[in-house]
Amino acid sequence: MTASAQDERDAEERSGALLELASRWAEAVAGTSYVSLPRPEVEQLLSGLLRRLVAAARLRGVQTAAAVGAEVGAALVDAHFTSPPTLSRTLAVLLDGPPGGGSAEEDGAGEAGARQRWHRVVAAVAAGFSAALQERALREQEEILRAAAEAREQAEQALHVSEERFRAVFEGAPVGIGIGDVDGRILEVNPALEAMLGHPAEEFRRREVREFMHPADLEQVWRLYGELVRGERDHFRLEKQFLRSTGESVWTDLTVSLLRDEHGRPRYQLAVIHDVTSLRRLRRQLEHDATHDSLTGLANRKVFLDHLDDVFRRAAPGARAGLCFLDLDGFKAVNDTLGHEVGDRLLVAVARRLDAVVASSGHEVARLGGDEFVVLVSDCSGPDQLIALAEDVLAAVAEPVPLGSVQVAVTASIGIVERPIAGIDPAELLRAADITLYWAKADGKSRWALFEDERNARDLTRYSLSSALPGAISRGEFVLHYQPLRRLSDGALHGIEALVRWQHPNLGLLGPESFVGLAEQSGLIVPLGRHVLQVACRQAFAWFGACPGGPFVSVNLATQQLRDEGLVDDVRVALRDSGLHPRQLQLEITESAVIGTDLLTGSTLDALSEMGVRLAIDDFGTGWSNLTYLRRLPLDELKLDGSFLRGLRSGTDVDPVDSQLVASVVSLAHLLELTVTAEGIETRAQVDHLVAIGCDAGQGTHLGAPADRDETGRLLGLEPRPGGSRRAPRPTAPTALDEAPTRSG
Amino acid sequence: MDRPSWAPSEVDLSRPSAARVYDFYLGGSHNLEVDRSMAREAISLWPDLPAIMQSNRAFLRRAVRHLAGQGITQFLDIGSGIPTVGNVHEVAQQASPDARVVYVDNDPVAVAHSRAILAGDERTAVVHGDLREPEAVLEDSRVRATIDLDRPVAVLMVAVLHFVRDEDDPARAVATIRDRLAPGSHLAISHASAEGRPDSAESHQELYRRTPTPMTMRSRAEIARFFDGFDLVEPGLVWLPLWRPEDPSSAGDRPERMTGFAGVGRRR
Ligand SMILES: C[S@@+](CC[C@H](N)C(=O)[O-])C[C@H]1O[C@@H](n2cnc3c(N)ncnc32)[C@H](O)[C@@H]1O
Repeated sequence: MTASAQDERDAEERSGALLELASRWAEAVAGTSYVSLPRPEVEQLLSGLLRRLVAAARLRGVQTAAAVGAEVGAALVDAHFTSPPTLSRTLAVLLDGPPGGGSAEEDGAGEAGARQRWHRVVAAVAAGFSAALQERALREQEEILRAAAEAREQAEQALHVSEERFRAVFEGAPVGIGIGDVDGRILEVNPALEAMLGHPAEEFRRREVREFMHPADLEQVWRLYGELVRGERDHFRLEKQFLRSTGESVWTDLTVSLLRDEHGRPRYQLAVIHDVTSLRRLRRQLEHDATHDSLTGLANRKVFLDHLDDVFRRAAPGARAGLCFLDLDGFKAVNDTLGHEVGDRLLVAVARRLDAVVASSGHEVARLGGDEFVVLVSDCSGPDQLIALAEDVLAAVAEPVPLGSVQVAVTASIGIVERPIAGIDPAELLRAADITLYWAKADGKSRWALFEDERNARDLTRYSLSSALPGAISRGEFVLHYQPLRRLSDGALHGIEALVRWQHPNLGLLGPESFVGLAEQSGLIVPLGRHVLQVACRQAFAWFGACPGGPFVSVNLATQQLRDEGLVDDVRVALRDSGLHPRQLQLEITESAVIGTDLLTGSTLDALSEMGVRLAIDDFGTGWSNLTYLRRLPLDELKLDGSFLRGLRSGTDVDPVDSQLVASVVSLAHLLELTVTAEGIETRAQVDHLVAIGCDAGQGTHLGAPADRDETGRLLGLEPRPGGSRRAPRPTAPTALDEAPTRSG
Repeated sequence: MDRPSWAPSEVDLSRPSAARVYDFYLGGSHNLEVDRSMAREAISLWPDLPAIMQSNRAFLRRAVRHLAGQGITQFLDIGSGIPTVGNVHEVAQQASPDARVVYVDNDPVAVAHSRAILAGDERTAVVHGDLREPEAVLEDSRVRATIDLDRPVAVLMVAVLHFVRDEDDPARAVATIRDRLAPGSHLAISHASAEGRPDSAESHQELYRRTPTPMTMRSRAEIARFFDGFDLVEPGLVWLPLWRPEDPSSAGDRPERMTGFAGVGRRR
């Protein structure tokens, strides 16, 4: 056997022994700590280490042996053999190991020396392992603590950011927000809550939640609160009042939520508080307004009429009913000389007195509008009872009314009608009362008059305006006055409304209220309306020429005209004859005229609209229609009734309800693409307010009172254009209507 | 601005953390005394625990190797814990050097540590996220920047689902993620179960109530349901050591003592 062959066999033997030892080693340390290696790879790793140890033990250099042993110990830790049992089991296996198998060439003495060297190497492994392990543990400790500090800092920072966001919301929220603990101590409140209740934040922090009890709180408020802070409920919401620092109460919509800690224990309470005082006022007001006169608080016309119908429907056979129909004498003069403000206060005072007089009797008092009041006696014994009542009322009204610095003395006239219910209907009863009131006025005012059938009959023939009406048209007694509609933003002329007046030979200048009803009854409204239309168009052409984008003339249409099949032709002719562009003509119709619109009216409106004529709803808000209904009609404009502006007269003391109503009507109208003209503008403050609301145009004494043609031309700087109508010669002679001498009214 | 007294701080070092307790079981020192004392108490009640944890970690290694062997190069490791020997990216990158890994954990300390270790490594990202809010994880910008969800991804939920309580609906979380995965994606799950050692389970879960992540052990059938929409690869859902052992002997003779089930599924 050659030396080299012997060497080879020895080496084989040695390495076989080595592998066997490595496998025992792997077995011993398996599971002592986690190494990320499959078992065969662990054995491979260990046998490599073993080989280095054996080689080191052969060398005589003590230094080198110790160094290699320490490296192997560290290598174990590097592979993540990190637990103490790993070391003890490693030592047990290694101490059992070489040099025997590994050093055949050694003699006996050498054998002892080799073992000693081996033990030194193994000891160095232990030392190297411990040192590496200690170092590793310290390093990892440091790492984890640094990571913890880092994580904390990041959490703080994230908290800081989210807190800043929260702060911004908290500080800027338009709703009140308060945070308290579950013992009821208040910790934070936002500026909106400070403002709402009028306490500074420090004051809140001194107080407890329960100190915000309000005398009117229902028992349930504090029961729910108790449940919340005990953790039995997570939130509640209700309407509750709070006392402001000034002593007044604020109505709020209050939501309180419970905030729990991560273990689910109640920690904090969060209150979100909306001030709903004005909303509630609005809500209540709207309910009240539907049935009450907003100025005096008496029942309004609608309620009264409903009630009257009821009385008639439920009447026992033989029952009688009576009305005292009252109107103040000279109320217009009060309004004109002392102003509307005083006028309104007078009406309120009168209403109170009326109410006081009838309060005990159970009769019903209502305000029908303006200075007209009515007392309904639903189960009366005869005229005497009503006369006695009327006298009491007259006496009560006659007492001077102190209004600030002045005492205002007014008288009233009363028309009395008293009838068995069976012989009459509610409308007739009202009409009779109206006529009788007129008698009382005609007889010298400050008195009552009782309805009599004969006098009524006489009157009908003698004083009937209706008999004079037909002739009046041909006699040229009707004239037009004009009132400007102005754009609110800059005062530019938006249009001009034509207003018809009757220049009565005996009665003077009569407004439409005195004859339009009669004209409607007799059917004369149609020819009258046709004339108005023609005159208005001619006048508008004279002023503005044919200019589709320019100001328009606005003409009122009566219900009957609208139902008249000839209307569309009348309009076409009026436009053609005058030369006016259709966009320069606006027709105003009332809500009642289009309510329950029949097919004919609908198609009439469509035809007019197709022609290009502007359509407006007049006196919007006085009837009972609604915008959703109107949206089906081809309308261009809404004219908002002047009664809505009453609350906006003053610049400082704006009625929130009126303001809210107008704003919502305007925004709804805009939604339907209608322009809005507010009627009855009397003050600068109203204009400012309407501009703020976004209302387009206005009309009223503040923007120009109605005036006759010449006056209007002067006021508006409108020169009549030469030539007048573009059709010359005119097919018909100028009617007396537009040539009539005019008097301002 | 001062922190208002009512705003809680998020990092509470006075309570043990599942991530650090696990590190201790694996022989690491990334842990604090609270963690170690809880772990010692647990081991005194249940001496097999360190072995179980090692068995779990070894499953993670085998699963990642297997998935990398299937050609998958994108890994989303949810509940990744504290980086220790055999991290997913190390194992994955051995097989394919351009493998990309996103580590997600809800333990802020584990996240901070992972960031420190992996700083500067373009192919990995660390996200502070929560398995219970899977939408946020999927939408996370770092997740999006590192892996492309329109290509196959291996989602790892190894030893994490048992930290999601039933009322937090873990099945929904898994399904949400599944629905966002491209075909060819995989899901690897390991999950503690009382089925192997019903006697020790209760006291063990009791201990984890001290941590911010209490433990819910589940039955094999319950765990199998997380694989709805996936086809389990061989050998299915099995005791931890039995899932594709590298050498059959290492599974040990009583694999059920390693009381957890493991499985890998392929998205249908
Ligand atoms: C036992 S470790 C598992 C670590 C690693 N997946 C492994 O198996 O080796 C569990 C990890 O899940 C984390 N964890 C628990 N609940 C979690 C959740 N809802 N979302 C994300 N991570 C969660 C813990 O913070 C912890 O780091």
